Amino acid sequence: MSVDTDTVRKISRLARIQMSDAEIEALAPEFNKILGWIDQLGEVDTSGVEPMAAVVPNTLRLRDDVVTEGGDRDRVLANAPQAEHGFFAVPKVIE
Amino acid sequence: MSELTNLGVAEIRDGVKAGDFSAREVAEAHVEAVAAAKALNAFLVETPDHVLAAADAADQARAAGTLKPLSGVPIGMKDLFCTVGVQTTAASHILEGFTPTYESGVSQRLFDAGAGMLGKLNMDQFAMGSSNETSAFGNVISPWRRGGGDNAALAPGGSSGGSSAAIAARLCPAATGTDTGGSIRQPAAFTGISGIKPTYGRCSRWGTVAFASSLDQAGPMARSVRDCAIMLEAMAGLDPRDATSLDAPVPAWEQGLNADLKGKKVGIPREYRVESMPAEIDALWKRGAEWLQDAGAEIVDVSLPHTKYALPAYYIIAPAEASSNLARYDGVRYGQRELPDGANLQEMYAATRAAGFGPEVKRRIMIGTYVLSAGFYDAYYTQAQRVRALISRDFDEAFAKVDVLLTPTAPSAAFALGDKSDDPLAMYLNDVFTVPSSLAGLPAMSVPGGLDDAGLPLGLQIIGRAMDEQGVLNAGLALEQHAGFTARPDRWW
Repeated sequence: MSVDTDTVRKISRLARIQMSDAEIEALAPEFNKILGWIDQLGEVDTSGVEPMAAVVPNTLRLRDDVVTEGGDRDRVLANAPQAEHGFFAVPKVIE
Repeated sequence: MSELTNLGVAEIRDGVKAGDFSAREVAEAHVEAVAAAKALNAFLVETPDHVLAAADAADQARAAGTLKPLSGVPIGMKDLFCTVGVQTTAASHILEGFTPTYESGVSQRLFDAGAGMLGKLNMDQFAMGSSNETSAFGNVISPWRRGGGDNAALAPGGSSGGSSAAIAARLCPAATGTDTGGSIRQPAAFTGISGIKPTYGRCSRWGTVAFASSLDQAGPMARSVRDCAIMLEAMAGLDPRDATSLDAPVPAWEQGLNADLKGKKVGIPREYRVESMPAEIDALWKRGAEWLQDAGAEIVDVSLPHTKYALPAYYIIAPAEASSNLARYDGVRYGQRELPDGANLQEMYAATRAAGFGPEVKRRIMIGTYVLSAGFYDAYYTQAQRVRALISRDFDEAFAKVDVLLTPTAPSAAFALGDKSDDPLAMYLNDVFTVPSSLAGLPAMSVPGGLDDAGLPLGLQIIGRAMDEQGVLNAGLALEQHAGFTARPDRWW
């Protein structure tokens, strides 16, 4: 499967990473090389095999439905690039 | 003073307890060694105040008879662990200036056990890399050099390259590492030290900057198997804040150390004999098998038929999880923001991420986004997860016959910086022996086995059953005792 520059551009938009045309041009062949190598997975017969996400058997724990932390607004905002009036500040979203 | 930096974790612990030296003296010797080793670029932040305060607390605890398991032990902290009040960047520009207001589960446990922190260790950016060349803050230089006057700067391995370099250079007796596909074991092998990745879930991931959540696992790196066992005991244990943290007792691994392997079976997986492997590594592997046989074990030939598919499966699963995890770096809540004039919110995200992430991180986010995108998800991601199940099944079948597996840790000794940095695929192939056990969540450790012709360390890997860190450590100890590895880099820095 060959990936063209338009696809790479689309992926960069989906990933929210701004890329110049030169970066896109450079990435397309790298992408193809890596994906070409990954394509060998298609050889493996996986019929009847369940996809594995959790590797070590574990149970999901439940905890009591009580507040464990909170009231930490200033700590939450401490590393924000821009915080105003106790909120994260972002560029205007609604025109 | 200088000999204090030659001591390991157990020796420092025992010496402080016996009163042979004070924790303060140990901490000062290490602070001095760190300050004098800038040429290695192993530390991103130095925290002498932290380690000296812990040392003073240790000396007081000795007087009061309340010493803790790691009282007086100075350690290095990989910069992937959030540390209160100390900048944590994952070696990426996008987190420059980020100063956590909370402590990671692993670092908290180490501090609770009495350890002091010398500083935050350089690494591959977001733990993505095998040479430490993807750090936004410069390469870590291995303290090792090839013999014969060859002064080429060598890779300390990655991603825990600051950890491996600092320990090999005697800047700290032990450090934290994290391992997603080999990031503890490969750098340990490259620098002639030991390191263990425990079973997935042993160490809390809470407060550790995430790369690939189903694979990420913290573990210790140190200069002996015993020191790894001591560190791991302090690091492991249930953390309710991490849903994948295992609710299992933490064994007394140090106490359980036993190099007598009588009655144990050691498997040699034939698929790990790759074509391009240097003869020296093959020879060391054979020697390792003889050492384990000498220790009483029976050597058994085993097969892990899906081994060759582990790397391609990993390079779908890890980037896919990374693309999802790293979506959080949006320039809103923490880290750097890039806001071009007149940019809207979406443009701010894209500009922030373009400016903040390094090329390898962008590459992996892009691959991950692609394999998860509509129309490709099943062909790539679901197939990779199915292959992951087959790889895990291979291990289950092998462990029905044997107790541990013996393999080389990496397919080569340390390479020179720049040798592989232009070819992502060549770099990925360095993880060929470490990735399969990561995919299966199994405990695995690297122990130095000897030197190659150029005088560089080579590592041997022990892989064990899930939850059987003891079996891994014991086989590692047998290798350590037989290898008698005492080589260390000559100081040039």
